[in-house]
Formats: sequence, C-alpha cells, structure tokens
Amino acid sequence: MSGYTVDPRIRWTEWLPWVAAIAFFFTLPEYLSLGARILIYILFALSLDLILGYAGIITLGHSAFFGLGAYTAGVLSARYGLTDPFLQLLAAAAAAALLGIATGAVILRTKALTLLMLTLAITSILLEIANKATWLTGGADGLSGVKTDPILGMFKFDIFGKTAFIYCLFALFIGWLVVRRMIYSPFGAMLTGLRENTARMHAIGAPVYWRLVLVYTISATMAGVAGALLTQVNQFVGLNVLGLEPSGDLLVMLILGGVGRLYGAFVGPVVYLIAQDYLAKQYPEYWYFGIGVLLIVVVLFARGGILGIIDKWLQALSRQTGSAKASAR
Amino acid sequence: MAASALETDRLCKSFGALTVAESIDFRLEPGARHALIGPNGAGKTTFVNMLTGAIAPSSGRILLGGEDITKVNQAARVRRGLGRTFQVTTLFRSLPVLDNVALGIAERDAVARRMWKPASRHGEIIDEAMQLLATLALTSDARTPVKDLPYGRQRLVEIAIALGLKPKVLLLDEPAAGVPSQDSGRILEVLASLPGDIAILVIEHDMDLVFRFAQRITVLVQGQVLVEGRPDEIAADRRVRDVYLGEATHA
Repeated sequence: MSGYTVDPRIRWTEWLPWVAAIAFFFTLPEYLSLGARILIYILFALSLDLILGYAGIITLGHSAFFGLGAYTAGVLSARYGLTDPFLQLLAAAAAAALLGIATGAVILRTKALTLLMLTLAITSILLEIANKATWLTGGADGLSGVKTDPILGMFKFDIFGKTAFIYCLFALFIGWLVVRRMIYSPFGAMLTGLRENTARMHAIGAPVYWRLVLVYTISATMAGVAGALLTQVNQFVGLNVLGLEPSGDLLVMLILGGVGRLYGAFVGPVVYLIAQDYLAKQYPEYWYFGIGVLLIVVVLFARGGILGIIDKWLQALSRQTGSAKASAR
Repeated sequence: MAASALETDRLCKSFGALTVAESIDFRLEPGARHALIGPNGAGKTTFVNMLTGAIAPSSGRILLGGEDITKVNQAARVRRGLGRTFQVTTLFRSLPVLDNVALGIAERDAVARRMWKPASRHGEIIDEAMQLLATLALTSDARTPVKDLPYGRQRLVEIAIALGLKPKVLLLDEPAAGVPSQDSGRILEVLASLPGDIAILVIEHDMDLVFRFAQRITVLVQGQVLVEGRPDEIAADRRVRDVYLGEATHA
C-alpha cells in the first residue's frame, strides 16, 4: 500500500466506501445518527492506522487526543460561547496537536510495553482530570449545552442527523485524501521503514525519534478533529471519550478491519459499531460477548483482519480462474 | 599531513572494570582499502559501534574528515558521510529490494519527509536506485521482498543501501558472514569494484577475503592495536600468528 513500487492511482474499488455512504444516506434515514458515529470512528481509526499500522507505534492511549478534541470543542462552546463549527474543529486540532507533540516527545523515546503503558497512563490522567474538574467539564455528568452554529451558516444540525452525516462524510473524505496522499508519498514509505527496522533507519541517516514525534503529532491532530466532530454531532461530551475503553474499542475496530491497510480503518468501525448497535438492542447485558467472539474469530482465523480474508479469497479466486483459463486452452 | 577520512584519537571504552578498547589510535586514509582483524573478543564490534555512534566511548575522540564527531549521533554521522553495513543483515525485510535502497537515497536527498507527491513518481530516486541495483546485478530482484531473497543476495542489498547514501567512508562489518562459500566470491567481486574514492574499512574473519581485498591491515587484540601494516607484513608477523594459532600471548 505504500512505497516506491506501487501504483498511486485511485482504483475503482476505493470509491466503493463513498458510494456506500451516499447509498446509506438515502436508504436508511432512520440510522443517520449511527452513520455519523461510524464516520467519526473511521476518521479516528484512520489516525490510529497511520501510527500503528504504518509507523508501528503501539498505543493504548489514542483516546487522549480524541477526548481532548471532544472536550476542547465542548468547553469552548458550552463555557465560552464559541459556536463556529470550523473554529471549534481548529481549536480541537490545535489542542490535540500540542498534546501530541508534548507527550510524544517524552514517550517516543521508549518502545514496546513501556510505550504501551505510558500511552495508557496519559489518557488515564486526562480521564481523571476530566472527572475531577467538574466546573469545566461537568465531570461524571458530562458537559451538555454544547451549541454549534449551522454549517456555512446554512445547514443546521437537525434531529434526524442529516446535516451531521453529510458534515462528517465531508470531514472523513478530506481526512482520507490527506492520509492516502501521505501513505503513498516518500513520507509514507519512510513510515513503513520505521515499522520494519529502526536500526536500519538510523543507519540510513534518518532522525528516527523526530520522525516518530512528527507522525504521532499528525495522528493526534486527526484524532482531535474526530473527537470534536463527535461533540458537535452529539451536542454533548461525556467521560466515555477518554481512558482505556475508547482506546481499546478503537484498537479492536482496527484489528477487525485489518491493520496497516488504510481501508481496514473503514471496515472495522462499520462492522464493530453495527454489531454493537444490533447486539446492544438484542442482548443489552451481553453485547460485549458478541464483540469478543468476533475478535477471537478474526485473530485466530484471519490475522490480516476482515480485509485480509477478502484479499486471500480474491487471490484464490484469481488463481482458480487463471488455472481454469490455462486448462481451457 | 592531509586530513584522514576517519581517525580515532586514544579511543577508550570500558564497561565497569572490563576494558574493551584501550587507547586505540587508528587512521583510515581517503580511498583506503583497510581491514580490521582480530580474534573473537578482541573488541572489533565495540570499536565499530563507537565509530558509527551506536555506543559512546569512555574517552578519546573520533574524527571524520578532520572534524570531531565524537558527540554527533548515529544518524547525523551517516548524513556526514559515514556509511555502514551490518554483520547480521539489517534490512526492511517485507519491503521490495528497490524500496530498501530508495528509502536510503530519499534520506540522503532530504526527500523522505515529503508528504504529497507519490513515492513512485519520484523518478530521480527510483532511477538512481535501479542504476545502483544494476551495478550489483540485482535488477531482476528489484520488486522482490528482501525476505524472499537468498542470504547471499541479502548481503548485496546491505551493500547497495550503503552505497546509495554516497558515503565518504564505508564500514563493512563482516560482509561475507553467513554467506555460503560459493557465493562469497561474488561479494569479493563487488567489494573490488567499489568506487575508489570511498575509504573502506572491512571487519572480517575470512582471511582469504581480507588478504585479497586490503592494502592495510590492523590487528586488534584485547582492545588494543597489536600491529598495523601491509598484508605481507601482517602475514609475516610472528605475534599475529601467535594470536591466531592460539599460542601463548604472554610473551
């Protein structure tokens, strides 16, 4: 998916998610709120894939940036009356970027388990701050009264989630364009180098640490925007955007879809959130069980996630048709 | 005296009470073909790691082209022209051979941080990488993931990456290690055809390769330079033979 030997042109299959999203908009109007949530989580998962799937940075704390973005937009709106949607996004992006560079600069000197624990510690600290600073964040009750102006002064957030869906779709489309461009660039090729072998990266003169901080900050910024979108769409922020749980959920989504494949970040959240929505209605107490089974099946039988299985099937299919053609001669 | 390509000045390293490098004075001339040999545990690897910046010396200085690089980090030394290969192949295993080389060239040309134009449209980098692969007879493997190549060819990819960085000084850490003997001839051919303006220091156990390749040889024993000289001088040196034939060295 990246590097100097791949064709960077957009294949027709890459338009499928967008066609599906537009079809969803027209055919399932009663599910648009869920749809917007899925789009937001896809953006969030894309940001994780950039650091985990491409650069190989392992993290359980990506919710720190998502949550900070969500609270930045929420607090600015509910407490300080900043209701412009784009300014909210911008502020959330800036806050997440600052946190990304500040924490990345410290923790990216470590790796593996140490790094994992440090990322977890950071989001846990933020969760505790959000919980205790009730005057600012509303604490465990959450922060309500978040207002966002109509988009471009024209499109008001409606109760059916139409505006929210299209708005998130645009945001995701831009995020996708940027990430895709980045992955196919020399920078993206360099990221796979970081994942593959840091000793080799040092030996070709790459400032490994600074590159890690750079990509971590880019990813944090994207996650912050995704968090702010969630606040704008829900008009509410709760503690569930911070801590281990949303980080873990996100990781599960990406593993389900397929890590380091760009579109794994699309497939994972769709499957996870629809399964969650369905299972939570059918079995309100045991829905996590279903997700758990799904994850175990994928990890046991499809190491490349759902997209990994599809790849294998397609390869087997093309081999079969290839040999069928050969024997027909 | 003209500046040396690479030089160490009373370089020492000790881990606690254990001294693994003791006041090593070493000089690599521009364009030299120099070999560093010594029995196991002589401190060759430690010495190379200090040269590349993987470990810091306890005392002493390292000069690259006359400039003090003792405090310069590993990657910055590479950017100043100090290339290396590894004793155990250290490659981007799942990436194609072309990418292994292109990533290095992109770093050298400061293209590696560009985020917009697709990598495969950077024709200047790909062309240079392909030319380099051609000189090493690796053209047909350009799109093969490195891990699918036989070990001997992987050793050549190591050399290709290092050459792509256009180093002034090249450290080859056992370039023939682990290569089946029928393939080591190919490695030697490649070494013999390296550009004459690169100063090369090869660390090697294979005495055949050392004596055919090197114009100067330094023998390291117990963290100290035992002797340095032309291959014929080293071959005739009684102390070197004692070390290698395992005779008593307490004389």
